[in-house]
Amino acid sequence: MLKAAIAGVGRRTIQGIWRIGFATRFFLLVLFYSGTAFRRIGLTIREIYFSGVLSLIIILVSGLFVGMVLGLQGYETLQTYGSEEALGVLVSLSLVRELGPVVAALLFASRAGSAITAEIGLMKATEQLSAMEMMAVNPIARVVAPRFWAGVISMPLLAALFSAMGIFGGYLVGVVLIGVDEGSFWSQMQSAVEFEQDIMNGVIKSVVFGIAITAIALFEGYDAPPTAEGVSGATTRTVVTSSLAVLALDFVLTAFMFRGIS
Amino acid sequence: MNRTVIDLWVGVFVIAGMAALLFLALKVGSMNVVKTNNSYELVAKFDNIGGLKVRAPVKSAGVVVGRVTDVQFDAENFEAIVILRIDNRYVFPKDTLAAIMTSGLLGEQYIGLDAGGDTEMLKDKDKIFLTQSAVVLENLIGQFLYGKAQEGATE
Repeated sequence: MLKAAIAGVGRRTIQGIWRIGFATRFFLLVLFYSGTAFRRIGLTIREIYFSGVLSLIIILVSGLFVGMVLGLQGYETLQTYGSEEALGVLVSLSLVRELGPVVAALLFASRAGSAITAEIGLMKATEQLSAMEMMAVNPIARVVAPRFWAGVISMPLLAALFSAMGIFGGYLVGVVLIGVDEGSFWSQMQSAVEFEQDIMNGVIKSVVFGIAITAIALFEGYDAPPTAEGVSGATTRTVVTSSLAVLALDFVLTAFMFRGIS
Repeated sequence: MNRTVIDLWVGVFVIAGMAALLFLALKVGSMNVVKTNNSYELVAKFDNIGGLKVRAPVKSAGVVVGRVTDVQFDAENFEAIVILRIDNRYVFPKDTLAAIMTSGLLGEQYIGLDAGGDTEMLKDKDKIFLTQSAVVLENLIGQFLYGKAQEGATE
């Protein structure tokens, strides 16, 4: 009884380590075969369409609403201190530094990451990947690498669009609807937001999130048990794991980037 | 979905993303960051810097001309040493006054430069001799109370 319990712990540990090792080898293989993603750029462009362009609607609409809510809530708080001109600063800094990359990454994980996992998992379940190997086509080079680079390229663009749309939403609510002075809205924003400190760090964050999400999604799909439950479980795991990874990475990156900056 | 339609949409997506980045860089952020290669350093000593922080703006006549890059403590004279980085485009006379000011009642603190009349200009690593410390609210209230008490005594 006790022996079996201890053996269970041991088995789970070994399996966990094996999985980490497999994930690392998989990631290195993807990087190794990335050449195909750029030599046959058509494959990557196709994947940018599926994970980037098709995520546009949800990213733009959520960005607009997040910005509008920030505008409303920010105005409520700021006006008690009589500094509603700082609304532009509040909206833009919170979007560019945090909300833009993070919320766009969470949406990207659930919109595109889950699709990638399901697609590759099904390819594996229906033995398309094995068929490719039989034809001497490397499935990692042909299927996985283009999806990886498509995600890495799409993510910063989506995050930038999210931030820009959010600032537009904040402008709509703050300036057009409530009537904060337009000049001070933009000028205070411009004097507070710095290109290198704020915008570039946001872009770096979104690139890191893009790498994390697509790597997790591809690995889960590739590793999924070739059954219906296996694929559905892998899809769920993709969304949960990559969302948690985004939030944890965000904390680490923020701690490095903005520590000591007021 | 044929190839050209996909190419077109991806093109639109990439251009829109770049445009958003450009919008963030130009309209939202300030691209004219004071860089190391086109700016020079000045040193100013203050008795009290109040709440002045690194990255606070340096303004002359209300225009941002540079930033505070470092704040140190001089253990020998018990003064604060503030390093300012000023844009190369602007030069100031030797007898410029550096004062720590506050924008608004609760606003951020910045360094205001008041140009003097000297014909010699400040160069890289030069020291600003004329400085004016930050106004500390407690001291101000103390002075006010002291003045009031004196008024009472003379009457």
